[in-house]
Amino acid sequence: MKYWRKPLDIEYLKIPRGRIHILKERCKGCSFCVEYCPCDVLEISEEFNAKGYHPPCVKDEEACVNCGLCEMLCPEFAIYLDEEEEVPVP
Amino acid sequence: MSSKQTVNPKLETQNSKPDRHPMDELLREDRLPHIWCSGCGIGVALTCFIKALQKCGLDLDKVVVVSGIGCTGRVAGYVNLDSFHTTHGRAIPFATGLKLANPELKVVVFSGDGDLIAIGGNHLIHAARRNVNMTVICVNNFNYGMTGGQVGPTTPPGAITSTSPYGCFEHPFNLPYLAAASGAVYVARWTTLHVRRLEKSILEALHKRGFSFVEIISPCPTLYGRWNKQRTGLAQMQYYHDQGVIRHGLDPKEADIGLHGEIIEGVFVHIEKPTFLDFCSDALAKSVG
Ligand SMILES: Cc1ncc(C[n+]2csc(CCOP(=O)(O)OP(=O)(O)O)c2C)c(N)n1
Ligand code: SF4
Ligand code: SF4
Ligand code: SF4
Ligand SMILES: [Mg+2]
Repeated sequence: MKYWRKPLDIEYLKIPRGRIHILKERCKGCSFCVEYCPCDVLEISEEFNAKGYHPPCVKDEEACVNCGLCEMLCPEFAIYLDEEEEVPVP
Repeated sequence: MSSKQTVNPKLETQNSKPDRHPMDELLREDRLPHIWCSGCGIGVALTCFIKALQKCGLDLDKVVVVSGIGCTGRVAGYVNLDSFHTTHGRAIPFATGLKLANPELKVVVFSGDGDLIAIGGNHLIHAARRNVNMTVICVNNFNYGMTGGQVGPTTPPGAITSTSPYGCFEHPFNLPYLAAASGAVYVARWTTLHVRRLEKSILEALHKRGFSFVEIISPCPTLYGRWNKQRTGLAQMQYYHDQGVIRHGLDPKEADIGLHGEIIEGVFVHIEKPTFLDFCSDALAKSVG
């Protein structure tokens, strides 16, 4: 990360991390999760599920900050997060 | 009413961890995937409701969900709580009966704009007028989704629907204004894009004494968006992103929704006044002791 001035509390700050779970067979490919993830973690996969939709897949799990927005926006209860240990700010 | 259900073995997680979605405890998992179309917003509205229930601290054995008929009305069949799928338009009178018969219950009506505002419109205004203790969550997708996308009392002027091929010729109801004028003590409107604020409003509504009303503007790409230049659920969400304007405390009279115009969101009414049950118990205490 680039800073114009190093934050004074940088040693105390932690970045939350999440592990993403995708219930592929529930997904209907609306892409809300992909579109509104603030960290661009997800993408639509090439794969088909049994209903013929393309579920999302994880492009960059390291970038996930466990904000939970994908879980809230998914109309299908098809994606959720597990909390991982927070990491210090690089 | 349904008890514990088993996890569908076909539903595997990407990380092949045999666990469950954290909301599944409040859903009838065996009925998922639900019937709603790809990009439909009702699932998002339900997500926010479930999240609010998980945070509300109420005894969930005493929370009852009542729905009428419509795509939104299916909610009663997906929640793993005591729930009732009533006849078209009659969710509110049914819920009133439940509350009066058993005042310990937290009664939530979850239904569509057609169900609550068209055929059930009179029940809505009178329950609000009496300040009956209940929370009403109205998913407004501007049409009658379940029956083929007909024009309804919330359809914006000019909108194309299956029964308004030249555009809707009518003035729609402004639901926050209607609820507020009728006497509701809590009135809010959010779109399905503004999930955090929506969840918070549902939580406030659940804790409110009296008649609380939350309108949720929601995509129906299959029967509404498709005819109105928003072909997908995502396009409708993008419209909410571009045109959603938060104005807490605004006079809801100002919160009309036009065809492609601004959607005013926020909490418009948050007041206290005696509820129907307060009056009932006061009157009964005086006359029968
Ligand atoms: C007495 C009666 N009249 C008409 C119908 C047909 N009907 C079923 S659902 C519905 C409208 C539902 O619209 P809304 O409440 O907006 O739900 P949505 O499907 O849009 O979520 C109608 C008119 C019915 N089931 N019963
Ligand atoms: S939790 Fe937030 S950052 Fe992580 S994938 Fe979901 S939306 Fe993206
Ligand atoms: S939001 Fe849910 S249904 Fe839509 S693409 Fe993502 S996982 Fe699939
Ligand atoms: S018809 Fe409309 S409201 Fe009904 S499930 Fe499909 S998108 Fe949702
Ligand atoms: Mg409707």
